[in-house]
Amino acid sequence: MSADVPEAASAEEQKEMEDKVTSPEKAEEAKLKARYPHLGQKPGGSDFLRKRLQKGQKYFDSGDYNMAKAKMKNKQLPTAAPDKTEVTGDHIPTPQDLPQRKPSLVASKLAG
Amino acid sequence: MNCSDESTYGNKADIISTVEFNHTGELLATGDKGGRVVIFQREQESKNQVHRRGEYNVYSTFQSHEPEFDYLKSLEIEEKINKIRWLPQQNAAYFLLSTNDKTVKLWKVSERDKRPEGYNLKDEEGRLRDPATITTLRVPVLRPMDLMVEATPRRVFANAHTYHINSISVNSDYETYMSADDLRINLWNFEITNQSFNIVDIKPANMEELTEVITAAEFHPHHCNTFVYSSSKGTIRLCDMRASALCDRHTKFFEEPEDPSNRSFFSEIISSISDVKFSHSGRYIMTRDYLTVKVWDLNMENRPIETYQVHDYLRSKLCSLYENDCIFDKFECVWNGSDSVIMTGSYNNFFRMFDRNTKRDVTLEASRENSKPRAILKPRKVCVGGKRRKDEISVDSLDFSKKILHTAWHPSENIIAVAATNNLYIFQDKVN
Repeated sequence: MSADVPEAASAEEQKEMEDKVTSPEKAEEAKLKARYPHLGQKPGGSDFLRKRLQKGQKYFDSGDYNMAKAKMKNKQLPTAAPDKTEVTGDHIPTPQDLPQRKPSLVASKLAG
Repeated sequence: MNCSDESTYGNKADIISTVEFNHTGELLATGDKGGRVVIFQREQESKNQVHRRGEYNVYSTFQSHEPEFDYLKSLEIEEKINKIRWLPQQNAAYFLLSTNDKTVKLWKVSERDKRPEGYNLKDEEGRLRDPATITTLRVPVLRPMDLMVEATPRRVFANAHTYHINSISVNSDYETYMSADDLRINLWNFEITNQSFNIVDIKPANMEELTEVITAAEFHPHHCNTFVYSSSKGTIRLCDMRASALCDRHTKFFEEPEDPSNRSFFSEIISSISDVKFSHSGRYIMTRDYLTVKVWDLNMENRPIETYQVHDYLRSKLCSLYENDCIFDKFECVWNGSDSVIMTGSYNNFFRMFDRNTKRDVTLEASRENSKPRAILKPRKVCVGGKRRKDEISVDSLDFSKKILHTAWHPSENIIAVAATNNLYIFQDKVN
């Protein structure tokens, strides 16, 4: 019995190794799973699509903002980390967090 | 191997987001992230320099779309021009459609080279004259003036898309056009802006069940009842508008069978089709997914007739490309006028051309250092392993922030336009 088990295990390992050698994609997948073990089961599915469909969503509630300002009085409201693009949770966005929406006043450099 | 974008680009608004020749190739339009359109015109070949090919000079530029904020949905609407499509010329003026994520606009570009002079009620500066001082009557005459090109918005087709518009396509009947977003496709009549017909709707009743989105759509070049749309799952559907008002059921379904043992986490992502184009003949469609370009015969649904590898060496870099989001880059593809050569972009400012007849392919680079006027483009090569030859570039040295997503091919001549971030390159076949 103990003689059989190591053989079966090595056959499986061998197939896995073969997979990695013959398919660079599978090797990359293994790399990704090693870095992000909690990555979802349905990769191309709902998560990506929903993120794609929600592009452009900004969360700014003037009520929350003013209430927070009143509570904090003179203190500064906590600002989002500069690299955060999605503002959710405890952080209350300030007008400074939302990027300026001004049309281009300058002509395109192609036309110059 | 990062995809940094801040300082490399300079002004972000200058990033070109679409390039399109008109039907004669006389005009070339570009749209950018800042919502502006720049139109180039080919200069007429003069009799003196009959062998000198016409060059493209700036003809007109205008602000097509402006940034908006939808307060009801807390949605920021980018002014970036996603697509430009020309209408065939029917009179002296030029017409084009330009679209951002939410609104399609019809622009009229016309020339003015005469000006009326000799008004009765206005003086030469345009100020109103005192009627009491007018004692004679004269007829204003048209006098020549410096050429002025003006662009005016003739129609605004708004409020018809909940999701982001990825494609517009003018029908061969020249009366209608379609606009496609992630989940729906609408049919418009050019004259009517307050109504559109929904012809495709793939939104599931429960959004949790969403598995695929529409990525591109195009009308058949000759059959006004036929169109195709591609999906994020790598499939193409051909629909016939004569069959029913709502074309949710396709007439043809194009999908290449996948080997299940080859399936990985990345399979579906890299199979997502980023562009679909009919051949000029109308007999074939070309699709672009992350690593390949495929040509399909409309009469064969179960697999493409040709598959071309654009940059297969990226297959061993998918993990990093996923982390820096490059795996989601949407490359376009184009046919040449005779449908014999296809072209698409890649990274490091490389673009690739595939000759369907000779099966030869070439990699070229669009960069300032390599493109002096009249210089001949040198083919480039990416080294995938082992010894790197002198002129080759290794995969790890590729600059993934320099991506060529948008290219265009003149309808009849060998002239191509290549958009490299915020620069536009126009290459022409050399004159013998």
